[in-house]
Amino acid sequence: MHPQPHWIDYLILLVYLGFVLGIGFVLKKQMKTSADFFLSGRSIPAWITGLAFLSANLGAQEVIGMGASGAKYGIMTSHFYWVGAVPAMVFVGVFMMPFYYGSRARSVPEYLRLRFDEKTRGLNAVSFAVMTVFSSGVSMYAMGKLLQLLLGWDFNLAIAISALVVLGYTFLGGLTSAIYNEVLQFFLIVVGFIPLVYLGLRDVGGWDGLKARLNDDTLVHSWKYMGSAHANPMGVEWFGLAMGLGFVLSFGYWCTDFLVIQRAMAANSMTSARRTPLIAAFPKMVFPFLVILPGMIAGVVAAHTSAAPMAVTASATAGVIPESGGKGIIPPKLDSDGNPMVKNGATVLDYDLATPMMLVRYFPSGLLGLGLCALMASFMSGMAGNTTAFNTVWTYDIYQSYINKHASDQHLLWMGRISTVGGLLIAVAAAYLARQFNNIMDVLQLVFAFVNAPLFATFLLGMFWKRATGHGAFFGLLSGTIAAAVHHGLTIPIGSAIGIKGGYLGMVIHEYPSEMAQNFWTAIFAWSTCMLVTIFISLFTKAPTRESLEGLVYGMTNLPKDEETVWYQRPTSLAIVVLVLLVGFNLIFW
Amino acid sequence: MGFDIRLPIGLMFGTFGMLLTVYGFATSGSEDYVVHSLGININLWWGLALLVFGAVMLALSWNARRS
Repeated sequence: MHPQPHWIDYLILLVYLGFVLGIGFVLKKQMKTSADFFLSGRSIPAWITGLAFLSANLGAQEVIGMGASGAKYGIMTSHFYWVGAVPAMVFVGVFMMPFYYGSRARSVPEYLRLRFDEKTRGLNAVSFAVMTVFSSGVSMYAMGKLLQLLLGWDFNLAIAISALVVLGYTFLGGLTSAIYNEVLQFFLIVVGFIPLVYLGLRDVGGWDGLKARLNDDTLVHSWKYMGSAHANPMGVEWFGLAMGLGFVLSFGYWCTDFLVIQRAMAANSMTSARRTPLIAAFPKMVFPFLVILPGMIAGVVAAHTSAAPMAVTASATAGVIPESGGKGIIPPKLDSDGNPMVKNGATVLDYDLATPMMLVRYFPSGLLGLGLCALMASFMSGMAGNTTAFNTVWTYDIYQSYINKHASDQHLLWMGRISTVGGLLIAVAAAYLARQFNNIMDVLQLVFAFVNAPLFATFLLGMFWKRATGHGAFFGLLSGTIAAAVHHGLTIPIGSAIGIKGGYLGMVIHEYPSEMAQNFWTAIFAWSTCMLVTIFISLFTKAPTRESLEGLVYGMTNLPKDEETVWYQRPTSLAIVVLVLLVGFNLIFW
Repeated sequence: MGFDIRLPIGLMFGTFGMLLTVYGFATSGSEDYVVHSLGININLWWGLALLVFGAVMLALSWNARRS
C-alpha cells in the first residue's frame, strides 16, 4: 500500500519547486560572461560557498545510503564522516586551496595543465566529464525508482520533472544558481530531518533506549571493535579504514574532485576560498546524527499502529512494498517475481528503504510534504552539482582546449548552456540504461573507482614536490589505475562469486573479510603505485623550470597571510576548532 | 554578485512555516497525529519553528540591505 500524500504535501512541493526555478530566473539577467556562468564571477561569500561545498556532495548516496549503512552497521557509519571526510576537508582548506585559488585556474583539470602538461589534463578532464554525467544519471534513476516504490509515482514522470527542474535552474543561472539552490537545499534537508530524528528517538526512548532495543554492542560503538575485521559488522580493521578510507579515498575525493573544489573557486577572496571547506566541516560533523540515526531506528520500531490491511493478496505484485517479513520497518528485498529474496537462509533486507520508510512512518500529511522536499532536494542538488561541474570541464577543458581554441567568450557562454542540456540528456539516457541493465552501472562505478583512487598522489606530488614532471604524473596516474584493476581482479570478498566483485584475472591470491575492506585496500595499492611511479619517472625526466612553477607549488608561492582578518575567522583557527570537535565526537562514541 | 540568498531562504521557509502552522491548527486532534507522530501535533510546532527561522533570515537580509 502506498501512503497517500494530501493536497497540503503537494502544495509544499510546488512552493519548493517554484522557489528553485525562481532563483534561476532572477539570476539569468546577470549571466553576461562565461566567468559569471562557470565561476560565479569569483564573488560569493564564504558561508554560502561553504554550505554549497557540503550540499553539492549531499546527493542520494548520502541521505539514502548513510541511512542504509546506519541500519546495517550502526554508529560505525560515522567513520564516513569523522574519518572519511572532515580531516580531508581541513587539509584542502588549509594546505591546498592556496594553490587552487592562487593559480587562477578555472577548473581542477586546468590546474593539472598549468602544473604538469596537456596530456595529464586531458586524461583527468575526460574521465571526470564521463564520470559526472553518469553519476547524475545514477542519481536520477535512484530517485525515479524510490518515488515509484514509495508513493506509486510514474517512473518516467519523476525522471522528467527532476531533469527539467535541474535543467531549468542550471541553464538559466549557471553556477551561481546551482550554489544558491544548494544552500536552500542544505537548510531544507536539515529542517526535514530534525523532526524525523526527534520523533524517532522519542519513540525508542532516546539513545539509551535505542541501545537497549538494538541489543548489539557492536552497533553502538565506532572504534571499540575495529581491532579485527571479523569483530565488527563492517568487516574492516582500523588500518585499512584509516589508510584506505581516511587517507586515500577521502583525500582523493575532497581534495581533487572538481565538483566540490568548484564551489571554493567561486569564493570572493583567497581567505574565503580557504574557509569554504572549513565552514562546510562544521555541519558535516553533525550530519551523522541526522542521516545515520534514522536508519538505526528504522530497524527497531514497529509500523503504524493502525495501518490499513493490504489490498493486494499474498502474491504481491512487483513494485509494491511488502508489509511483513522485514526487520522493524525495513522491508525485505523482492526478486523480479515479487517474492522476498533469501540468501544463506536469511531474508535480504532492502536497506535503501530504511530512511524513506521512516519518513512515511513518522510524518503526518503536511510534514510529509516537507520530508519529500528534503528527499528530492538531496537528489537534485547532487544532480545539479554534477551538471555544473560537467559543463565547466567540457567547455573549458575539452571544447576550448581541443575543439575550438579561438572561441569568443560569448560563444563559450553559449556552449556552457548547450552542454548543460547535452549533459542532462546523457544523464537521462544513463538513468534508463541503469534501469535496463543494473550491471552496466556497477561496472562503470568500478572503473571510476579505479580512475579516482590514485589521483591524490598526483596532486600531493604536484603541489608539494617541485621536481614532479608531466610525464611522471601522466604515467603515474595510468599505472595507479591499472594497479587498482589488477588488485581488484586478484582478490575477492569472502563468500562472493567471481565476477564483478573481483577475482576475474584467473586466480584469487587473497580473500578479504568484506567488500569494503577490499575497496579500501584497492585504493591503498593504487595510491602507492601512482606515488612510486610518479617519483621514479620524474627523476628520469627533465625537471620543470622554476618560472613554470610560480604560484603552483609549495615553496614557489607567496602563501597568503591571514593577519587582516579577526582571529576566529582565520582558516587555521577554524581548522583547530574543527579538529578538537572531531576528536571529541570520536571519543564520545568510542 | 547576485542577490542576498537570505531573502529567498526567509521567504521559502516562512511560507512553509505558515502553511504548516495553519494546517496543523486546522487539523489539531486528527487521528493522523496519533498514527504517525506519537500524538504530537508536529505540523503546528514545526510550522512555528520554521516561521521563526524564516523571520530571522528575512531580518538579517533586511538589516544587510539597510547598512
